[in-house]
Amino acid sequence: MRRNQVAVVGAAETTELGVVPNMSQLQLHADAALNAIADAGLKLSDIDGFATAVETPQQVCHYLGIKPTWVDGTSVGGCSFMLHVRHAAAAIEAGLCKTVLITHAESGKSMIGKAPRSIPADSLQGQFEAPFGVYGPPSMFPIPVLRFMKTYGITHEQLASVAVVQREWAAKNPRAMMKDPITVADVLSSRMIAYPFRLLQCCLVTDGGGALILTSADRAKDFPRKPVYIMGTGESVETPMVSQMETFNSSRAFKTAGPLAFREAGIAHGDVNHLMIYDAFAHLPLFGLGDLGFMPHEETGRFIADGNTRPGGKLPLNTNGGGLSYMHSGMYGMYALQESVRQMRGIAPAQVPNAKISVCHGVGGMFAASGTIVFTNER
Amino acid sequence: MAEPQRARPKPTPETQHFWDGTKAGELRLQRCDACAHVYFPPRPFCPSCASRKVSIFKASGKGFLYSYVINHRPAAPGFTPPYAIAVVQLAEGPRMMSNIIDCPQTPEALELDMKLEVAFEVLDDKITLPVFRPAKG
Repeated sequence: MRRNQVAVVGAAETTELGVVPNMSQLQLHADAALNAIADAGLKLSDIDGFATAVETPQQVCHYLGIKPTWVDGTSVGGCSFMLHVRHAAAAIEAGLCKTVLITHAESGKSMIGKAPRSIPADSLQGQFEAPFGVYGPPSMFPIPVLRFMKTYGITHEQLASVAVVQREWAAKNPRAMMKDPITVADVLSSRMIAYPFRLLQCCLVTDGGGALILTSADRAKDFPRKPVYIMGTGESVETPMVSQMETFNSSRAFKTAGPLAFREAGIAHGDVNHLMIYDAFAHLPLFGLGDLGFMPHEETGRFIADGNTRPGGKLPLNTNGGGLSYMHSGMYGMYALQESVRQMRGIAPAQVPNAKISVCHGVGGMFAASGTIVFTNER
Repeated sequence: MAEPQRARPKPTPETQHFWDGTKAGELRLQRCDACAHVYFPPRPFCPSCASRKVSIFKASGKGFLYSYVINHRPAAPGFTPPYAIAVVQLAEGPRMMSNIIDCPQTPEALELDMKLEVAFEVLDDKITLPVFRPAKG
């Protein structure tokens, strides 16, 4: 795909984030969509392309009253929205539609109008993982961690520092759920969830949503907000079974999606001013830094523990506080995208001065899928 | 109200041989007749070269501990926390998720790379699960 031909011209989260017991999941979609429409200065009737995950496009389009000529229901977990951005950019470039709305919402905490996740007993996961006591992401996502730590000499303290640094970012963000400072000792004495991970190394569980509006870069200059251009994109999937990953020393999906996006954008790692790496659990930024090629995996733990990703550090990472401290409704990718867009617009609560290129990297499932978007505010 | 039960696998036509094997006290894997690739989970073709000519064979049951978590909460129905959810590297090449028996469920006792051997845990008259214990000798 050609770089900088499509731009984000509308972006918004739900009016409230966190615990929103007065809205169903479907209404959270609508709340985010209406906020993004207003942000872009559009009417719902201007939308001719639509993408969402978990809920079907027909469900959300009918609820909103949208009559699309292009839809995408790609649902590969929390990075689905990165894939939607990639697919929407291609569709706009191909002339299939002009203005795409992407929505995410999840009543992850209040569970209103949300179908419970279940694993069918005759699926491969139901036969070859569920019988051994996996029970939700905290029991599955950290399974590779001990091998990763042994291979690369990563310490428990370094993995704890991920949560500490992200809390520093969250403290600057009025909408973050958790803002009180924490120390490595706090993390390592918090309640054990699934060894080696403790409570503060696991994401929050919240309600909320977000929406993006994309159109061609040529049209983007006529919109009220500063356009944020899609510079590069990548996507891949590996396996829905964490036990069947090719290796626990890296993610094949990350190693495919990330470099694709960098190549398409035509950038080097030193060009990146701002980075989001979907952090459902504390090890993901380490996998991400290594698999995206910022540094060898061996160096990732020390890099974060030494403060390079904290406010004022040389590589600002997860500047909204991340899934560990900002919010995590279950499919966090949309919130990472929102923060990248805010940083590129120059309006983030913890704004990185003069940031021109933002890389936003997502995961779906337990390393099952991945999507990477490179944004820029210069064409 | 009855306690929710431990998740029980429901075999499909493609996996029935595996579950017949565990019931008979065998860990069965598949090998491609064309390219010799050994793979898991079961399917009637080779995921490496796409050949449909594959054979079922009895694996050695030997392997080592590749990685694990010790799950504290939330615990799956039928499990008493803390319990380890392990991924075993089999001698023949594939990895599989399992539990470790005859071993304290602690980081000290569960050493990565420790040698393991298969054992079988009867769940009911239809399903026997492959689990692993520290290898003797």
